[in-house]
Amino acid sequence: MPDEMLQLPMLHSLLERHKRSPGALLPILHEIQEGIGYIPDVAIPEIAHALNQSQAEIRGVISFYHDFRTAPPARHILRLCRAESCKSRGAEQLAAQLRERLQLDDHGSSADGSISLRPVYCLGACACSPALELDGKVHARLSAERLDALLDACQEDV
Amino acid sequence: MSLYLPSDSLACAVGADEVALALAGQDLQRTSSRGLYWLEPLLEVDTPQGRIGFGPLTAADVPSVLDALQGEPSAHPLALGLVEELPYLKTQQRLLFARAGITRPLSLDDYRAHGGFEGLTRAVSIGGEQTATEVFDSGLRGRGGAAFPAGIKWRTVRATQAAQKYIVCNADEGDSGTFADRMLMEGDPFLLIEGMAIAGITVGASYGYIYVRSEYPQAVATLREALEIARSNGYLGANVGGSGLAFDMEVRVGAGAYICGEETALLDSLEGKRGVVRAKPPIPALKGLFGLPTLVHNVLTLASVPLILAKGAQFYRDYGMGRSLGTMPFQLAGNIRHGGLVERAFGLTLRELVDEYGGGTASGRPLKAAQVGGPLGAWVPPNQFDTPLDYEAFAGIGAMLGHGGVVVADDSLDMAHMARFALQFCAEESCGKCTPCRIGSTRGVEVIDRLLAAPDQNGRDAQAIILKDLCDTMQYGSLCALGGMAPFPVVSALKHFPADFGLQSSEADQ
Repeated sequence: MPDEMLQLPMLHSLLERHKRSPGALLPILHEIQEGIGYIPDVAIPEIAHALNQSQAEIRGVISFYHDFRTAPPARHILRLCRAESCKSRGAEQLAAQLRERLQLDDHGSSADGSISLRPVYCLGACACSPALELDGKVHARLSAERLDALLDACQEDV
Repeated sequence: MSLYLPSDSLACAVGADEVALALAGQDLQRTSSRGLYWLEPLLEVDTPQGRIGFGPLTAADVPSVLDALQGEPSAHPLALGLVEELPYLKTQQRLLFARAGITRPLSLDDYRAHGGFEGLTRAVSIGGEQTATEVFDSGLRGRGGAAFPAGIKWRTVRATQAAQKYIVCNADEGDSGTFADRMLMEGDPFLLIEGMAIAGITVGASYGYIYVRSEYPQAVATLREALEIARSNGYLGANVGGSGLAFDMEVRVGAGAYICGEETALLDSLEGKRGVVRAKPPIPALKGLFGLPTLVHNVLTLASVPLILAKGAQFYRDYGMGRSLGTMPFQLAGNIRHGGLVERAFGLTLRELVDEYGGGTASGRPLKAAQVGGPLGAWVPPNQFDTPLDYEAFAGIGAMLGHGGVVVADDSLDMAHMARFALQFCAEESCGKCTPCRIGSTRGVEVIDRLLAAPDQNGRDAQAIILKDLCDTMQYGSLCALGGMAPFPVVSALKHFPADFGLQSSEADQ
């Protein structure tokens, strides 16, 4: 993708800042994803070169961690907690509601490009389950109505 | 008139920021949370008798609360009276969470006014050898779940010679039903910093890392700000608290891998690798981060140290029972009326915790079981609720205390589904290094599917035998606690709730 090449100067300055710090790979990947929204392919040889590692090692780390994306997400990222505490308060019903309304499996992006869906296992909001995280903000004591209202807000905002 | 409202991320997740907005123009301070989450957002107001509370509030309640404060506050329908007189709080033994709900997380003055840095001061004055002895004598055990005696680790790292040693704080609190680490990092970050600084100067480590899970962005931001403040006030840097010794640290953020809560996987992750579990030995105390001696502890373990130093080992030992000494912040979660943090000395029973503090299920339906100790913990049925919360007593019933999380479930929760989920979660989060965990978890999900789909009793019994066999292999053959303990929720569900699997009794297949 030609527009990914536009990221090169940003990548270079970021790598220059991090490359001498021990164990720098995760902080590097986090910062790239924060800036660009995902880890573009063009970044991989650059990171490998800066850290004197193979590209395979870098790809291996990216694919190991659930957080790292290699493609742009939708406008909103919704992570519904599916762990035990939230399950005991109806998380599975909320998951079914999401699947039905967005016509999605538990992972993936809605056809209109408004919402990327992902499960998460615990947001630390267990005293007020069920919970989800929408664009980095946690919402707890969820109900079917509140979930619908949050989805409405995401889909209206174009 | 001063008003106090938590800035804690869960308080905000149930509307605290909206309440704060509605209070614009008032003398409002954002504090940590008391951990009485069912009352959040909980607004507190100074009175000559102490702080009175209102909650759970919405922004719409704010005008009527402000009106009530001009007249008779107790007349408001959401008035709670004196917060510290609420039985839920009054009966707790808050050592670690003594400041919770009272102080502002990033105010060094608040921290110092409530005993902050007294532990570091004493550690500096008595020196490393005696500080390590205090930690040893306190009986403190690792709060992450494994409950290893902290003092032994301290002495080991201290006695090991190396040009560089590290302190690593495991803040990858991934267990469902736990939130004490999050509360502490968001609400009382200087306590963790003080604990790490004491550890650093005691064992001879000059650098530390706090590895925080990415699901806790507010903890990350709060800690980073607190580190700046601590550094500029001489609590970190070249001369920690006037000791003449250097210690500094940084926050690192995880990336959504549950396995990185396992200490050796965490170390690999800190090194910039996939979070793959290491075989032990060598233990991290001898060969840890970057191959160097490393003291790895959970947040709550490190945060217990300042108090032990300030008040002495004996003070701490006076709490608890048997070999479980001190207090434990238990976390009540799931289908529970009064979800929140309960810090008590070890030894109260699960029944006291769930019934007296928790008030039973939130749904009002009959209680079915409680999972204690996170996703790898056993489901405990009500007839075992009189077991005291003590590491050894829980091990005695085939369960574990872990990090102190308790997830309550009512009779609508299907235990066969939860058993399948435990193995599915293990399959998803396995690092892949050892076969019992990597393959066993996937095969386990398949066996449960076959068990549930079997047309008759014989078919189900046959699959149950295979499932128990597989769990046995995973428990005794896995490299770490993920594969080794994922069978706990499965076996306990089979044993106590065979009907959920369509089995006649747990003995039918033995």
